[in-house]
Amino acid sequence: MSGLRNFVDKIKPTFEKGGKLGFLHSTFDAFETFLFVPDTVTRRGTHVRDCVDLKRVMIMVVLALVPAMLFGIWNVGYQHSIAFGLDWGFWNIVLYGLVKVLPLYIVSYLVGLGIEFISAQIQGHEVNEGYLVSGMLIPLIVPVDVPLWMLAIAVAFAVIIGKEVFGGTGMNIWNPALLTRAFLFFSYPSKMSGDTVWTGGVERWMNEGVAYQAGNGLVDGFSGATPLADPTLANLQPKLWDMILGTIPGSVGETSVIAILLGAILLIWTGVASWKIMVSSVLGGLAIGYLGYAVGATDLPGYYQLVMGGFLFGTVFMATDPVTSAQTETGKWIYGFLVGALAVTVRLWNPGYPEGMMLAILLMNTFAPLIDHYVIETSLKRRAKKVKIA
Amino acid sequence: MSNNIYLKKGLDLPICGEAAQNTRKVVAPDVVAVKPTDFRGLVPKLLVREGDKVLAGTPVLADKMSQNILFTSPVSGTVAEVVRGEKRKLLEVRIKADEKQEYVDFGVKKVADMSAEQIKATLLEAGLWPALVQRPYGIIANPEVKPKAIFVSAFTTAPLAANPEFALNGEEKNIQTAVNALGKLTDGGVHISFNSENYSGTPFHRLENVIQHTFTGKHPAGNVGVQIHHISPIRKGETVWTVSLLMLAAIGKLFNTGRYDVRRKVAVTGPKAIKPAYVEAYPGMAIKDIQDFYDASENLRYVSGDCLTGENVGKDGFLGFFDNQVTILEEGDKYELLGWAKPVRCSQFSSSRTYFSWLTPKKKYAMDTNLHGGPRAFVVNDVYSKVLPMDLYPVHLLKACLANDIDKMEKFGIYEVLEEDLALCEYVDPSKIYIQQIITDGIALMLKEMC
Repeated sequence: MSGLRNFVDKIKPTFEKGGKLGFLHSTFDAFETFLFVPDTVTRRGTHVRDCVDLKRVMIMVVLALVPAMLFGIWNVGYQHSIAFGLDWGFWNIVLYGLVKVLPLYIVSYLVGLGIEFISAQIQGHEVNEGYLVSGMLIPLIVPVDVPLWMLAIAVAFAVIIGKEVFGGTGMNIWNPALLTRAFLFFSYPSKMSGDTVWTGGVERWMNEGVAYQAGNGLVDGFSGATPLADPTLANLQPKLWDMILGTIPGSVGETSVIAILLGAILLIWTGVASWKIMVSSVLGGLAIGYLGYAVGATDLPGYYQLVMGGFLFGTVFMATDPVTSAQTETGKWIYGFLVGALAVTVRLWNPGYPEGMMLAILLMNTFAPLIDHYVIETSLKRRAKKVKIA
Repeated sequence: MSNNIYLKKGLDLPICGEAAQNTRKVVAPDVVAVKPTDFRGLVPKLLVREGDKVLAGTPVLADKMSQNILFTSPVSGTVAEVVRGEKRKLLEVRIKADEKQEYVDFGVKKVADMSAEQIKATLLEAGLWPALVQRPYGIIANPEVKPKAIFVSAFTTAPLAANPEFALNGEEKNIQTAVNALGKLTDGGVHISFNSENYSGTPFHRLENVIQHTFTGKHPAGNVGVQIHHISPIRKGETVWTVSLLMLAAIGKLFNTGRYDVRRKVAVTGPKAIKPAYVEAYPGMAIKDIQDFYDASENLRYVSGDCLTGENVGKDGFLGFFDNQVTILEEGDKYELLGWAKPVRCSQFSSSRTYFSWLTPKKKYAMDTNLHGGPRAFVVNDVYSKVLPMDLYPVHLLKACLANDIDKMEKFGIYEVLEEDLALCEYVDPSKIYIQQIITDGIALMLKEMC
């Protein structure tokens, strides 16, 4: 341990101002603080500090995403295996999943962190941990076959335009991971929707006639459609358990209700994400889901809306982003409810978009400050009244 | 107590080094310092020169803005040194104490027969006026103003703070005198707040001519600012005064004995204090005078006050005017390998559930001064209000301060807070923002623009 410390101390001057590699100062600092909690002491104010820092908070979100990620990797292989009639065993499935998902992670982190490091260097900041979470989220909310160069452009867009121009993590208006997805969705719609993009290898087979495992083709009767493509009771009732387990096509990490709930438990237990937003979003989704059921917009009971598509993933991991969600406690209830309600509204009444979670969250991100504004105004007025009476 | 006020939010800091309830030592004053920096916004005028003889109660400084506000020497002796900082800012007047203490005689006075003006004059003359702190802003009270009310907190919740029942044992009569005197300066009465759990255990609940309140809750429930917020919030244009029990005792003594006697029991506390206990000392006591409480060869921090709001005075520093606590902490200038990534960090406390210290609620921790991270922007938004039992929006207030937006600062409650009320917000902050400094700057701006 002290050997490592000595080594770091020895190379440190090279990276400091005036050193040979001074232009990499922020990068060095990021790696050093990753390894060691720095030796800085409090200068003024409270002399002692809680040992929690943003790294700890962020790593909790990353941990919470691990079940969804692992399941996603397995499911990518599993869907491929079904689509091509391969009857793969567990390890084959996982291997294929890794082959497809790992590159997504590499691109996401390389591009995203690269930009974070460079902009930290330019602004003379320390590198913020925010992208550790965004980078973990992005591969989980895209179709597995998304071309890597597209992903790279989308990540660059989201980090630069969505975050850094506002001043970095903590200053951004929209969730950077969702912004990545929105960029892909609107720039390359053919790669982001339809029945063929959700299963790894299908697009390639259809375009080039090449399969991962030579000699195999798509099975007869392959559909590849997500539950959202045909959201009717007749179609989905037999699949309900598959939807809860997650053995259905979809974006990499969004399919398994169980894996997502595991993450939700960790987030709520540690208090890192707001349970109020999660609960109210579910309530909002159920409310509109059942309303649609009652007026005949759909024949699916409201709870189906929760297990389809990205609803739960968005509710647990994206809507609860502390920077872009509502900041006041009452505001969180309103914000969450509207996220859930809007998402299901888009699903039920907008024929153009089968899924509405991404747009619902981005829209509510935009309006979160407005919600907070009115919550605070109301609270201040109520207080002023109370003071007058007293 | 029918109208007990329950405060759910807050945090009692589990730091070790509580002072045992005995007086280990009577510090014979050697060099003591009068520090104008103990008072916010004070522009001091020096009234003595090096070599002058002073008695306990002789004016040393005056407030340049209203020159009838005097600051007097706590001991009799000779002015040894006038210490100035950058731009010749006056930092300390050091007084070398005589072996035998002599006091200026202000005359024993009967409060019942005195008018408000006479009480004011006595306090101003003897240098105890600065004991009255005005809210908003936490500045020295303006003698020209009649406050809405005067507030006193009769209990402390700050980490390792001196126990008022022990530290002020035997001062009940003096405190009663002071309450009677100060009661004449306001129409709103003197409000005293007690801890509901120790209400009958404290002798101060027998005080008369006061309006009593009780509170239940963790730190900062004992902060007078939090109490005012729940008793009668400060609106724009209003002023209230606050005063501590410690200062009440000194004020009472002034009327009862005619002396400026600010001698007090000081709790020497903190993880690095050896056999923490109380000492009897004067404000302005040199930290060196309690050398047997710490190991000077270690890299330590000497704080006058508690570890959340106190001032880092250094090894050669002096105890503050308002303080009856010294906290000795270890400087945490060490690297910690993979600290944040360790699943468990047994030796460190966190109020966050991302660590496991909630499993050991009784454990006390030897906290040091490490920042435990790097400064970041505000990210997590719900940690602050969990330790602030006030109906305020702390992050919005802080951002208004950062933006120098006076309208918003007013709206979000700058009149109601001092640094100490948000100290816990700073403690728990995962973004490691210097929250108290932001409030200090905000208040400085308000003082500049509004007064």
